[in-house]
Amino acid sequence: MSDASWEVVIGMEVHVQPRTRSKMFCGCAIAELNAPPNTHVCEVCLGLPGVLPVPNKAAIEACLKTALALNCDIPRHTKFDRKNYMYPDLPKGYQISQYDLPMSVNGVLELGERKVRIRRVHLEEDTGKLVHAGDKLHRAWESYVDLNRAGVPLMEIVSEPDIRSADEARDYAVELQTVLRTIGASNADMEKGQMRVEPNISIRRAGSGDLGVKTELKNINSFRALHRAIIYEVERQRQVLEGGGTVAQETRGWSEAEQRTFSQRSKEFAEDYRYFPEPDIPPLELDRAWIEDLRAALPEMPAVRRGRLAAQLSSRDAALIAADRELADLFERAVELGAPAAAVGGWIINEVAPSGKLPSPENLAELVKLVSAGDITRDQARVVLAESVETGRTPAEIVAEHGYAQVSDESELRVLAQAAIDANPKAAADYRSGKEQAANAILNDLRKKAPQANPKLAREVLLELLR
Amino acid sequence: MSADELTALTVKEASRLLRLGSISASDLVTAHVERIERLDPKVKAYLRFTPELWEKQADEADRRIRQGDAPPLAGVPIAVKDVLCVRGVETTAGSKVLQGFRPPYTATAVQRLFDAGAVMLGVTNCDEFAMGSSTENSGYFPTRNPWDTARVPGGSSGGSAAAVAAGEAIISLGTDTGGSIRQPAALCGVVGMKPTYGRVSRYGLIAFASSLDQVGPFARSVDDAALVLSLMSGLDMLDATSSGRPGMEVLNNYGGGVKGMRLGVPREYYDVAGIEAGVKAAIDAALFILQREGAEVVDVSLPHTDYGLAAYYIIAPAECSSNLARFDGVKYGLSEVDAPNVTELYMQTRRKGFGTEVRRRVMLGTYALSSGYYDAYYLKAQKVRTLIKRDFDGAFEKCDAIVSATSPTVAFPIGSKTQDPLSMYLCDVLTLGGNLAGLPGISVPCGTSDGLPVGLQVLAPQWGENVALRVARAYEEASEIRAEVAEVV
Repeated sequence: MSDASWEVVIGMEVHVQPRTRSKMFCGCAIAELNAPPNTHVCEVCLGLPGVLPVPNKAAIEACLKTALALNCDIPRHTKFDRKNYMYPDLPKGYQISQYDLPMSVNGVLELGERKVRIRRVHLEEDTGKLVHAGDKLHRAWESYVDLNRAGVPLMEIVSEPDIRSADEARDYAVELQTVLRTIGASNADMEKGQMRVEPNISIRRAGSGDLGVKTELKNINSFRALHRAIIYEVERQRQVLEGGGTVAQETRGWSEAEQRTFSQRSKEFAEDYRYFPEPDIPPLELDRAWIEDLRAALPEMPAVRRGRLAAQLSSRDAALIAADRELADLFERAVELGAPAAAVGGWIINEVAPSGKLPSPENLAELVKLVSAGDITRDQARVVLAESVETGRTPAEIVAEHGYAQVSDESELRVLAQAAIDANPKAAADYRSGKEQAANAILNDLRKKAPQANPKLAREVLLELLR
Repeated sequence: MSADELTALTVKEASRLLRLGSISASDLVTAHVERIERLDPKVKAYLRFTPELWEKQADEADRRIRQGDAPPLAGVPIAVKDVLCVRGVETTAGSKVLQGFRPPYTATAVQRLFDAGAVMLGVTNCDEFAMGSSTENSGYFPTRNPWDTARVPGGSSGGSAAAVAAGEAIISLGTDTGGSIRQPAALCGVVGMKPTYGRVSRYGLIAFASSLDQVGPFARSVDDAALVLSLMSGLDMLDATSSGRPGMEVLNNYGGGVKGMRLGVPREYYDVAGIEAGVKAAIDAALFILQREGAEVVDVSLPHTDYGLAAYYIIAPAECSSNLARFDGVKYGLSEVDAPNVTELYMQTRRKGFGTEVRRRVMLGTYALSSGYYDAYYLKAQKVRTLIKRDFDGAFEKCDAIVSATSPTVAFPIGSKTQDPLSMYLCDVLTLGGNLAGLPGISVPCGTSDGLPVGLQVLAPQWGENVALRVARAYEEASEIRAEVAEVV
């Protein structure tokens, strides 16, 4: 922001699809994104006459786990309410949501030193989807309704307006995703619509206690888009206000193609949703023992683990590993088994994470120890790791079978280096005429043909021969 | 056995004859169909018939009876109110808006009776979406009282009550949101029972007011009503408000008479405004009989009775305004597809599909839930509902069951209240408290006034169906008043 006298105020509304097999109030399976329209529907999610919603316990459990992970209070009583409005993607004419007695309230998400207060986490059902023939609603000549998503469970996580920048908003969303994945409540994949982030943005004069008029941003499909959309919107509001105008209270969409926000719906006249308690679902009195069991079973939160990992790794590496519960578990177990932490971290970040295939902690520890002791080269180790993940056999077995050992004997290296020079006469000539990088091509060739060669010594020998 | 005798049987009597082989389920169906063909043009209890079902179900019942493993309702002809979905059978809630809708599922209550061997004859008429007390609000035609076809059968389950009273079914199903089973039972001279809220699954019941609706039976005896109720009731995984609460097994244990029981007579019900002298006299006579049988009659008070009607007519319309939002002409039923856009499609379909009373209640309910009015209307009504529950709790500390007239009046002439909605709403003043408090209640015939049936209502504490049945059964036996079949003229 160009003018330091403005303060940005952001509150986040995040919709997250909990990891469940079935929908919120019926037995329909959750459809894959590319499922043909209206193939995952039944009389309940179609809203046919006479049928009734029955809450999904797995969704309630995921919501409670999320609430507990965010340090929320779980009130003794909670209930579902009806939010009434007519829209073609809403088969019953109302959405079952939670209004004045949400599943949980008053939590906090810590972003390092910053604390973002969580107002509430509640459960509701998703609506269907409209597909327009033509590109925009007002120009559509035909519209189709796909109810595969109607009734899919959603957790709505609402923060207080405690966020002060686009960076913080992105950190909040990333951390929330990490927490949700850590506790297994959701895959929270933004591209699959499992996590939808809607920032409410206003700006005010620094030091002012009043909140400015806010806009709500939608259509944000990635953390990057979140960051850019906020930066754009803050700048837009600043220009409006500094130009003497007023910000309109409205919902704005983020256009990825145009990299700007555009007005979607005015909120000056709030729609009257006529909320009232859902009479088809009795109020829930949640079993306190169940809640305590869920609390006790929660895994360590990523922030805590990140703190512990940072004592052994760079803060960047610690954050990367702590963000994934399986990787973090693998790291800590391998280190416990005696492998050096920095090396284990490097192997996990550079080799394990990109491959997506996890070795056992025992095998990883053994592999790292073999490399660290100089018994095998890194190039050999990569092959061993892949094979070990594939077959489950130990690195020691694989090394023995292939006869892998690091060759550090100078005379042997001399033979290998000479062979590589002979095989790459042009590169050798280039080097000799002054192009130093040409040596790398020869060295790479050497390592490819002889991965057992100690790369550091091989390089020394090679350069000596080239001279 | 004559056809008239076959159509006047109770379930108990019919079952005995079926098991003895004196008659077959097909004979029973035939006798009923012939009577329906003869009388229903006058009574108009049925909206539509289900010959495919009755043929298949009667054959199956006869087969099971021959095999000697007949379920409890094997071969018993039943009628089903038009608000209970039956797979493949047009179900319209008495409304034009649902014309042509054939649900792909069967209501749990109906399915359980099918499983018990019942044979469905057809779908009975009712007030549109069960909103009314006379069946005159049907989107199709009014049903007539079999005892006097110039009069109403009561409502909203008027078709179901009239079918049993006219000998056009042995059992029928109705729903009761504010009295819609008990009041027509009283006006038609049959037994009608509304169970505790949650006793019978509402799955497949097209909702009027979800927190008040309950499914219940019409029958010619207390025993039959108890039997049908016990077969329908119990936990249903498809209805989160249904209960697996034990208690139905005690339904087989409601004999023993009223000796030593304390029966509460609420003064607010006994002297309710507009109660007819003939109705009061019939109730006095009933109280005398119950006392003679050893019951102690005690005065009780339900002080918030006057507010019950007002609270009911806020809560029920509020829920209905939301429940009926789905009838938009898009997926089923009536559709004004030629409308220029989707909003017009909604509006034209609803304007054409809904009758006056339904539109009135949707508007009342929408208003009561609106921002700025919610606290003054809906929330206040919910508080009154709590007070009414407390009234009953207080009364049940002094008595085991509450007795009163079911309806302040006997059946009234067709058209006499249709111009005055409030006078129609007052028909439910003695019954809707039981819905607001979720109580079980039964209406049993207790004589006549001016030749028209009067009903005695027994209300019991929640889950105390056996208490209500015990009083009703003792009265039925001692009074020797039976639900008779009308000779429709």
